Amino acid sequence: MTSIILLSIFGILNLFVGFMKSKKVLMPVVLLFLAVALGATMFDWNQPQSYFSNMLSTDNFSVGFTAVMVLSTLFILPFSRSYVVAENSNLAEYYSLLLFALVGGIMMVSYENLLILFVGIEIMSISMYIIAGSDKRNILSNEASMKYFLMGSFFTGIILFGIALLYGATGAFYLTDIAAAATRMDPATSPLLLMGLLLVLIGVTFKIGAAPFHFWTPDVYEGTPTVFTSYMSTVVKTAGIAAFYKLMSAAFGGVYDQWFPTVVAITVLTLLIGNIGAVAQTSMKRMLAYSSISHAGYLMIALTSFNDRSENALLFYSLAYAIATIAAFGILKYVGDARGSDDYTAFNGLGKTNPLLAFVMTVAMLSLAGIPLTGGFFGKLFLFSAALEQGMIWLIIVAVLMSAVGIYYYFRVIIAMYMRDAEGERIAVDPLATFTLISLVVLTVLMGVVPGLFSNLL
Amino acid sequence: MNDIPEVIRTIPLNYYLYFSTALFCIGIIGVLTRRNAIIIFMCIELMLNSVNLLLTAFSSYRSDPNGQIFVFFIMAVAAAEVAVGLAIIVMIYRNVRSTDINILNKLKW
Repeated sequence: MTSIILLSIFGILNLFVGFMKSKKVLMPVVLLFLAVALGATMFDWNQPQSYFSNMLSTDNFSVGFTAVMVLSTLFILPFSRSYVVAENSNLAEYYSLLLFALVGGIMMVSYENLLILFVGIEIMSISMYIIAGSDKRNILSNEASMKYFLMGSFFTGIILFGIALLYGATGAFYLTDIAAAATRMDPATSPLLLMGLLLVLIGVTFKIGAAPFHFWTPDVYEGTPTVFTSYMSTVVKTAGIAAFYKLMSAAFGGVYDQWFPTVVAITVLTLLIGNIGAVAQTSMKRMLAYSSISHAGYLMIALTSFNDRSENALLFYSLAYAIATIAAFGILKYVGDARGSDDYTAFNGLGKTNPLLAFVMTVAMLSLAGIPLTGGFFGKLFLFSAALEQGMIWLIIVAVLMSAVGIYYYFRVIIAMYMRDAEGERIAVDPLATFTLISLVVLTVLMGVVPGLFSNLL
Repeated sequence: MNDIPEVIRTIPLNYYLYFSTALFCIGIIGVLTRRNAIIIFMCIELMLNSVNLLLTAFSSYRSDPNGQIFVFFIMAVAAAEVAVGLAIIVMIYRNVRSTDINILNKLKW
């Protein structure tokens, strides 16, 4: 709650900082704001509280995911250095929008009432529509923004109709009241409840970019400027999956049997489409977009097993995925800017020209592929073992097979970097970004070597 | 003069449900078939308004004000969405002199 208030105020303050002539001060100021917000979030640890007549509550679940999101934003910002250097005239607005989107994300992980969920989703989405189109002269960015906006508001309408039907069936917006009403009535005889649940499910599935509502993801991710793409694929996805988990466990845990087959079908389809789609790509950025779809599938495995371990596994996986993805997108931004292309071929010979970038990229790819000694391995291990406890053996078999497919496209980057001849010059990276990349690697390896530090937080 | 909730209750609840669902479906069909960004946008607004109507009807029948409060939030958010959406459409119009979504084909597969 404190972090919501602080980030809202900081977002507005930041707009005033933007009036200053020099843009150089902006990034340190925003980093400071985020650090303060992260500290304020941590104060709520182990101190559950509820606000606004119980419409919003902070518990360890929400604090954990809030911390992941704020931390991700902190790690993403240093890569926006080129906008600062270019004296981009709207930089303050973009930073403020990131902060506001973060507020929406925090509301999405700490809601107790569907009203807060809806407002949170919208605050986040509306900020992201603008961010997607932030490169105003670029037709690709325009197109990404327009596609994201039209489809996003369409699916918002669907979520809302679902919420209205749930309200009609149960007479409540509170998760606990909905849960009580849903278990009291026989869901099979209440079409309103089932239809409402299905529509909300479809809407949230769209927001996390899971199949069959994933079609916007590659296009929007490709058109959006790379720094903001990494924000979309980490912060927005973390908020979405946490909100999804909370909705299904807190409100519809009692009618598990009704929605379980649908969610399993969505999970399997997401894993298949994400991984097989990624194989066919030649552009690194589109490959990362498909990889984010497939990771939405892995994260959704947590929805099939509700226990303490699945919450922990979800948090661990979100953190591991966010760290590796930010590193990958950060390097992609530097390589893309220097070599003018987002394709795999742009990475040719990076191991010779920039050994550090190549090493960080390798660790990030290994983590995304789930190779041992990286955070991604234990993320998958925890998620799969939590699902195995529920006896979801064939789902895990599909997921493991798909991870094997994942190794193919993640390793293509590594092969391009180390086994192809260099095409370009050495790429200059500024010290702050280098420091960030090194901390991301350290964190990934730390999560892979001593997972116990992060795995039993909730 | 009766209370407004009582007036609303003179029509059976089912009719509100059918009517809202029909409006919602018209909105969906509009979004899926029309090619002009502004008309698609109007259809989305139609979907949101059908939700408002449905929430108000449920709220009156249950004598519970929560649903009507929700409607205010939907209206406020829809207004924010209109502001951003029209700005995006204007941005695209400046670059390509059209609001037809068929030109949005630079990004695919």
